[in-house]
Amino acid sequence: MGKPTLLGFLVSFPMSCSSCQCRGLSSLAKKAIMAVTGLVLVGFVAGHMSGNLLYFKGPEALDAYAKWLHGLGPALWIARAVLLVSVVAHVWTGIALAAENRAARAGGPAVEATRRASVASRTMPYTGIVLLGFLVFHLLHYTFRTVGADVAAAGDAGRVHEMIRLGFASPGVSVFYIVSMALLCLHLSHGVSSMFQTLGLRNERWRGRLDLAAAAYGWLIFLGFAAIPVHVLATK
Amino acid sequence: MVKENSPAADHPATLRLRLRVWRQRPGQPGAFEEHELPAVPTSASFLEMMDLLNERLIREGKEPVAFDHDCREGICGMCSMTINGMPHGPLPGVTTCQLHMRNFRDGETITVEPWRARAFPVLRDLMVDRSGFDKVVQAGGFISVRTGSAPEANSIPVPKPVADEAMDAAECIGCGACVASCKNGSAMLFVGAKVTHLNLLPQGKPEAGRRAVAMVRAMDEAGFGNCTNYGECQAHCPKGITLDVIARLNRDYLAERVRAFFASTGKPRRGGD
Ligand code: HEM
Ligand code: SF4
Ligand code: FES
Repeated sequence: MGKPTLLGFLVSFPMSCSSCQCRGLSSLAKKAIMAVTGLVLVGFVAGHMSGNLLYFKGPEALDAYAKWLHGLGPALWIARAVLLVSVVAHVWTGIALAAENRAARAGGPAVEATRRASVASRTMPYTGIVLLGFLVFHLLHYTFRTVGADVAAAGDAGRVHEMIRLGFASPGVSVFYIVSMALLCLHLSHGVSSMFQTLGLRNERWRGRLDLAAAAYGWLIFLGFAAIPVHVLATK
Repeated sequence: MVKENSPAADHPATLRLRLRVWRQRPGQPGAFEEHELPAVPTSASFLEMMDLLNERLIREGKEPVAFDHDCREGICGMCSMTINGMPHGPLPGVTTCQLHMRNFRDGETITVEPWRARAFPVLRDLMVDRSGFDKVVQAGGFISVRTGSAPEANSIPVPKPVADEAMDAAECIGCGACVASCKNGSAMLFVGAKVTHLNLLPQGKPEAGRRAVAMVRAMDEAGFGNCTNYGECQAHCPKGITLDVIARLNRDYLAERVRAFFASTGKPRRGGD
């Protein structure tokens, strides 16, 4: 029997308590939550990146886009609520799954052999946790603007293009963003194909294609996001 | 590294091997024990090599290594050894009993361990308790009708592609290598194989959704982990079962949960029109 850990208990309690009739969420229900919330985030990331690329069209285009977004009113808040719920459910379920799986493996064999599992698949919980850290920093940086007074001033005045240039002027911050996007690329290169499998929408014929599509999507997201801090540093 | 059926001319007829074998008594922690085998015939199967070791242990008045085996022809699913970290050893598509010593090198050290998973507790040495699989099969690996004697084969037509897919899934011998190879200790390949085999055929169709839900519940209760789509199971399965059966299990399970959620109660809405 694997050792029950306090962390494992705390995380999995709402999902696997046996004190009522509901019997908690099944393993497949948890996986479905990962896949559906992952899909929401995949959609968000694509939209967010496309919007950001207006940076290259110049300050007017980007600032106007930001103004339009903020003018959406209730729709914006609904989207934010869906994203918040998705992130919380994705992270919570992800940690619960990782803790349960560690216990179910019971230490594993003394000699560990890996035939097929990719690096991306084996590092999902770790890339995920770094992404969570990134997400918190990113929101503090550009949404709540508690990092840097000049960034805050530009953002509050609706000068988003300028805010971005000020924010990425610091090489440390830029490198953290770029590394985080590389990890996101890794997370997605397993996650996007895995999502189809979890929802039952994959077979041996489609696995190769979906793995390729997942890798392509990951790279696209990485290049699209990383281009901005790279450009700011190069033209500072 | 390994090549089946290739006893090259320069290949020695016997091998000198060092074995690191897991020894464990019920209720006690286990440990590796080392043994030298000076002359193992390359024509011996892995289990026959273990027999040689055990014969020597018995001659020396020591306790032989306990391991599961039965048919020794790759069809019963009893043999179960993790060899150098690989369930059923280095050769893809074969069981431990069908693995021959010509696939190893002279002077090699071979580590032999039981299946490792919480749901497969070690009984003794290399034997584990696989009754978790039995629980899963008891939950849904059957057809709930009195079948009587064998029906006339063509009375229920089954299209060839469907029969092929069901037969491919039915190849699963229930050995547990999928669980042992999975870094999550998940039994999804086994459960997927059983569900695919039965859900595809006309006799199994009426209970398809209920079967998927019941078997997944039994799988969770037996302490297996959650699938994260590593694919190690497929790479280690001696019978070539593919991840397709897992996708099918996911599909049948989710469809049934959605169907049950919106199932008719057969009555009008309370206080309604
Ligand atoms: C914010 C922190 C995040 C954490 C802690 C996290 C963690 C995880 C974990 C542990 C898994 C399960 C791994 C597996 O089943 O193989 C997973 C899967 C996944 N993640 Fe994330 N993740 C995060 C962010 C994201 C983001 C931002 C996206 C999308 C842009 C995303 C998309 C996915 C997808 C599509 C899957 C696959 C679901 C499946 O296997 O069916 N994740 N994540
Ligand atoms: S799916 Fe393959 S590895 Fe798993 S129990 Fe069946 S035959 Fe063994
Ligand atoms: S002993 Fe029957 S499959 Fe190996």
